Amino acid sequence: MTDPLTRTPDIAEVRPEGGSLKDTTGYRVFRVVNVVILTLVCAVTLYPFLNLIAKAFSSEGFIAAGEVNLIPRGFNTATFAAVMSDPLFWTNYRNTFVYTVLGTVIAMAITTTYAYAISRPRLKGRTFFVGIAVFTMFFSGGLIPNYILVANFLGWRNSMWAIVVPGALSVFNLLVMKSFFENFPVELEEAASIDGLSTYGVFARIVLPLSKAVIATMTLFYAVSLWNSWFSAFLYLDDKNLFPVTVYLRNLIAAATGTEAVTGGAGGDAVQIGANIQSVTMLLTVLPIICFYPFIQKFFVSGVMLGSVKG
Amino acid sequence: MSLTGPEATRGADAPATPGVAAVALEEKTVVPRRKTRRDGSAKLTWRKALRRDWQLYTFLIVPLVFLLIFRYLPMLGNIIAFRRFRPGGSIFGDEWVGLYYFEAFINNQQFWTVFWNTVILGGLTLLICFPLPIVLALLLNELRSRRAKKFVQTISYLPHFMSIVIVAGLVLQLTAVNGTVNQIVEAFGGDAVAFMQSPEWFRTIYVSSEVWQTVGWGTILYLAALTTIDSQLYEAARIDGANRWKQTWHITLPGIRPTMMVLLILNIGSFMAVGFEKVLLLQNPLIYSTADVISTYLYRVGIQSAQFSYGTAIGLFEALIGLVLVLSANAISRRVVGASLW
Repeated sequence: MTDPLTRTPDIAEVRPEGGSLKDTTGYRVFRVVNVVILTLVCAVTLYPFLNLIAKAFSSEGFIAAGEVNLIPRGFNTATFAAVMSDPLFWTNYRNTFVYTVLGTVIAMAITTTYAYAISRPRLKGRTFFVGIAVFTMFFSGGLIPNYILVANFLGWRNSMWAIVVPGALSVFNLLVMKSFFENFPVELEEAASIDGLSTYGVFARIVLPLSKAVIATMTLFYAVSLWNSWFSAFLYLDDKNLFPVTVYLRNLIAAATGTEAVTGGAGGDAVQIGANIQSVTMLLTVLPIICFYPFIQKFFVSGVMLGSVKG
Repeated sequence: MSLTGPEATRGADAPATPGVAAVALEEKTVVPRRKTRRDGSAKLTWRKALRRDWQLYTFLIVPLVFLLIFRYLPMLGNIIAFRRFRPGGSIFGDEWVGLYYFEAFINNQQFWTVFWNTVILGGLTLLICFPLPIVLALLLNELRSRRAKKFVQTISYLPHFMSIVIVAGLVLQLTAVNGTVNQIVEAFGGDAVAFMQSPEWFRTIYVSSEVWQTVGWGTILYLAALTTIDSQLYEAARIDGANRWKQTWHITLPGIRPTMMVLLILNIGSFMAVGFEKVLLLQNPLIYSTADVISTYLYRVGIQSAQFSYGTAIGLFEALIGLVLVLSANAISRRVVGASLW
């Protein structure tokens, strides 16, 4: 069976073979300029990360003097030890991990079953069931009604459910999964049901095992967004011990820049107080993403491609 | 099934065909593939469909309950824009006040400041962040080496995977008084600027960080669209004497036009909801005059000051503008270019 998710799209293929005819001088100049531009794009994209790493390993004095760019000055790793010895940091880091895993499981359960049901042509009312999901892409209840629902009506203030449940269905992911299931060979399921499998059996024993690629992709989509999310935690949680690491980091930055309580002349230098600690915390927060990045990127690219093919 | 027509004329030549169809129909869970969806569901009554596919319908229960509670209930909750909400009272508000809250913000000078900030910031973002991925995709497409192309893509996608908290942290560090940006300014003989305390700089900083974060990832759909262009078109154009620039203008750009239109419509739809989280993380009271947008204002008055009904009215106003923008952009695009979301 051809697997659209593991196939890397062949982007290079489209390039017209200009080389067979002679290139004009203008085009040769353009190609050189093009390489220069793209190199610059890469440099500009990477610089903030390299700067972050350099700052994380530098000592505060050099950072404050503005002497750290790409290479660490006054090499020190003590800050890593300091950040990691903060019990709150570890609690929050562990919370992020728990929210990510739990949230992903819930989201995948809802998305997979829904996508499978609305991908079946025999489902009566299919258009309606697709429509009510798609409508929520264009119109939503807004911040305050959502807040009242979660905080007042469901009473999920200071509860991890407020973090892992409300975002559990991304319509984009749903549509990508749906189009994957639609391309599924129907013969397989027919054969299985003739052999006596119920719909549940077909789903659990035929469909799921053969959909590993799309399941892995969607799991990554959800996991990355949960790992990176901060706002719902910021909104619904007051208890420091429940914060994810992103909120820990946000509070660290807010405290340094004084955004919490600026009364007038907050000195610009306040930004740099603890720049070293900030950098270390940021680095530790993105570490899992950076480690998995090559893997993540490949999956995301093919997932987005699959979604775009459907349109 | 309308087998009677052609099958009847063929008579005994093909006795097996109707038989197969009949077996397939008896097998309750199997629907013959060639039957179109419309035929299939038009004939079934709901009762029959439920009896035959009840197991499939059970898959829908949890997701539908989820949508109802977490997507549609808040939409109904917008009713409190027209009713006075009291903490501890009904979640749909206690008494009808009509357009009171709408009048309140329309008569509020501060609201108009944040409204125009939103329009300007949204407009700048659209104007700059929409075309750049197209340019980058075209440049990437001109790279001869596949490895170089993969390399550039891998690097330019990276910021997309960062948490907004991290992006905000990087922006604050780079624009600090002794940060890299000011080092460059000083290297060219300028004086260090306290960027995050200067309202006039916020729009530049916000849009630049938005470009940094989204441009690489934005190329992905265009690169996918580029692969679908028929290479024979380029050959024909070259034989007709078109140079690279003409090929790009007359073949490549029209080829990705549907993708461009769909993304433009989507961007226009989110025009009013300018990166709420990022603005919230970057702003501070010193720069509210340019950095405060509708959604952050709404957060402050609605959540922090607990004026729920007032905040909901603003949110509803914002969402309706977004909806109207999407619908009109889609209608215009369908009529003018023939490409649309639905």
